[in-house]
Amino acid sequence: MENFTPVASLAGGVLIGLASVWLLAANHRIAGVSTILHGMFTQAAADRGWRAAFVAGLVCAGFLWISFSSPNPGREGFGLGWAALAGLLVGFGTRMGGGCTSGHGVCGLGRRSLRSLVAVCVFMATGMISVFLARHVLGIPS
Amino acid sequence: MIYSAFGAGLLFGIGLWLSGMANPRKVLDFLDVTGNWDPSLLLVMGGAVAVTLSFFGPLIRKSKLEFPTSIDVRLVAGAAIFGLGWGLGGYCPGPALTALANLSAEAFVFVAAMAAGGLFARIPPFKGPGA
Repeated sequence: MENFTPVASLAGGVLIGLASVWLLAANHRIAGVSTILHGMFTQAAADRGWRAAFVAGLVCAGFLWISFSSPNPGREGFGLGWAALAGLLVGFGTRMGGGCTSGHGVCGLGRRSLRSLVAVCVFMATGMISVFLARHVLGIPS
Repeated sequence: MIYSAFGAGLLFGIGLWLSGMANPRKVLDFLDVTGNWDPSLLLVMGGAVAVTLSFFGPLIRKSKLEFPTSIDVRLVAGAAIFGLGWGLGGYCPGPALTALANLSAEAFVFVAAMAAGGLFARIPPFKGPGA
């Protein structure tokens, strides 16, 4: 529990919520990152601009944050093969399930969707199982 | 529309960094309930959902967006597979994109694989309505 950061995490969560409200109010869009990203490759050209702009904002936020602190260089010993497998599972699963932590979590719960609540409970549960297997059974340094 | 989407993405990303979610190790420390558990992410989700619950209702009605409501095998299987990848890598889509700014190999490999994985889900045996 020594890593517990309640104030920063709560404040960051509020900003994430406000950003989602902003996108819904200004663009009439749901801030579901997996859906926004996927649509950059699959939607008609006219529907790609705002998606690219949102993703660019996310990436720029990273550069902005790092300019005041320092980059996270990546984990020693966490092989790129594991990163690739994890990415494939996240990309595939979020498209099959129609959302991720933001679309089903932040936004789906915010609109009181039972479907999203089910998704959140499932991915939280398998996430906990997965990290247990990865760290404590397979010994992957993540 | 483009500028507001950029601004929303920027604010969303700052929230991810401030909250700790952009750090995959911190995310895994939350999911690792049998290890040295870090409950911080409960507050990230709690804070975010408190805001969306407060303001989404009228905005959703005004937006005229329609949402699938079916709770089916695709939803549960997809969420389960997503969770497996999340617990393995510590990245979900938003944090992975903003973590590209680290210019680390793991972030680039993860994002490229995530984009590819999403396209695999469009191949006929996996393709379905509403995703």
